[in-house]
Amino acid sequence: MTIGLTHFLLLGTALFCLGLYGLLSKRNAIAILMGIELMLNAVNINLIAFNKYVAAGSYTGQVFSVFVIVVAAAEVAVGLALVLAIYKDRLSTNVDDLDWLKW
Amino acid sequence: MNMSLLSTEILTAVLACGLLILCLLSPNKEKHRGIGYATLFGLLAILVTTFFQYGINETTFHELWIHDDYSVFMKELFLVAAILVTLSSIDFVDTLPRFRSEYYSLIVFAALGMMVMASANDLVTIYVGMELMTITFFVLVAYVLGNGRSSEAGVKYLLLGAASSAVLLFGMSLLYGLTGTTVIPEMMAKLHWSPALVIAVVTLIAGFGFKISAVPFHMWSPDIYEGAPTPITGYLAVASKAAGFAVLVRVFIDGLPLQNGVDWLTVMSVLAGITMVIGNVVAIPQTNIKRMLAYSSVAQAGYLLVGLMSADAAGVKGILFYAMLYVVANMGAFAVAIVVAKELGTEEIPDYAGLAIRQPLLASVMTISLLSLAGIPPLAGFVGKLYLFSAIMDKGVLWPAFVGFVMSMVSVYYYLNVALYMWRDEPKDNRPIHVPGAIKFTVLFAMVATVFFGIYPGPLAEVATMAAKSLF
Repeated sequence: MTIGLTHFLLLGTALFCLGLYGLLSKRNAIAILMGIELMLNAVNINLIAFNKYVAAGSYTGQVFSVFVIVVAAAEVAVGLALVLAIYKDRLSTNVDDLDWLKW
Repeated sequence: MNMSLLSTEILTAVLACGLLILCLLSPNKEKHRGIGYATLFGLLAILVTTFFQYGINETTFHELWIHDDYSVFMKELFLVAAILVTLSSIDFVDTLPRFRSEYYSLIVFAALGMMVMASANDLVTIYVGMELMTITFFVLVAYVLGNGRSSEAGVKYLLLGAASSAVLLFGMSLLYGLTGTTVIPEMMAKLHWSPALVIAVVTLIAGFGFKISAVPFHMWSPDIYEGAPTPITGYLAVASKAAGFAVLVRVFIDGLPLQNGVDWLTVMSVLAGITMVIGNVVAIPQTNIKRMLAYSSVAQAGYLLVGLMSADAAGVKGILFYAMLYVVANMGAFAVAIVVAKELGTEEIPDYAGLAIRQPLLASVMTISLLSLAGIPPLAGFVGKLYLFSAIMDKGVLWPAFVGFVMSMVSVYYYLNVALYMWRDEPKDNRPIHVPGAIKFTVLFAMVATVFFGIYPGPLAEVATMAAKSLF
């Protein structure tokens, strides 16, 4: 059996769903950020696989995934700073404690 | 490669970096007013240059970048919003504990991200522009260090915003896989119905719906609007939403086919309907002015979506015209909220009692802005709604106009509720409220523009028509 596009897409989708599950089920802000990273990396797998199997010869997908990696790094840098700020305020990174603003 | 097509963005990037350097060079870190005025004049100068950019319809960098009248109109909208936000921020920044000067360059960076979104002709460009805007907003929302509410709003916006970008990206990766290209107009011919396209469209709608805070993706907005510093709330409500619409309209109208593709028009109609209803109904019981304006901005997103439903030049013209007036009216209301929050230390609507006696200017501007948002003639909001709803009625679809009309009547109730407190009730103390000069300018501009474009919408409508036509 050879590994083809389907396998990569299955891996990507599975990883995306795992990330989404982590996002929805975790209570710790840092764990939620890790879930989001998983989702972004699932997108990267998709992009690279599509680049290889659908648009071979061009590099758009690879370039796109490089941009995703760079932007995700910036996002996490800001994200961890914000989590630190809220930790100084509440002495907790549990999202259940973020309940001052509520309808 | 024609670099002159990027001149607006290059100037904005230079301004933003220059302001950062100016912050580093300034001997007293907490003296920020000079930098604030520099931001103001820089943005004004860039706004003037954009007026000479109409009429050019070109793409560059292998079609990654498009310069058309539509993008120029949107950029002017972002610049106007950034200028009004800077003006209403100058006195607010005095109250920040630290990092006062850097605040202004972040406003300019956010505007740069929005401009990139407006000119993006390609999924990668859209993503980069959107993240430049969103990440800057994460920082701005949490800008008041040591204030738990601001930090909480920042973390909430970060987690939800990052998740929505990830979902949006998943949809983009599927679109790339289905077409082998990321250039939006090239997708149109290559897309046809498939289950993967359905998933892609659903995730795109979820991702963009988050940015424009359409129901059911609006849950973040009341919390973040309430916790963020008030000028930033105004910026989020007007500019970030308009930027979301700028890409939403381009991607869906230029890139996703209606024949043989996914019928996204029906999905948009459903979203528009529930957004108008839920936004207006949930706004009624709100007692915090920022929360009320948050739900009202959700409702406004519903009206704007009606313009997308008609999917023609008339509808897009309605979106552009209404978005511009929405910026002006909303910034007027938020500027009043900024002064009241600073002088009275409250954001609760009952505390606006007797504002008409204490400061008639603020009360008048608040009333006019809110009535314009409700769409009462002869104010500008009425003309905007007329364009939006007549575009869809020309297509023979009447229910969105009907829902919009009924919901506008509902919105009058909660908008006038604020006016009632201001004009009817006696104030707790009669001392007049001091209005700083910069804010005075903002509110006067908002009032004059709202009344002027309500009575004489012609010139702005012509520009909006020209901009909308460049998209088709």
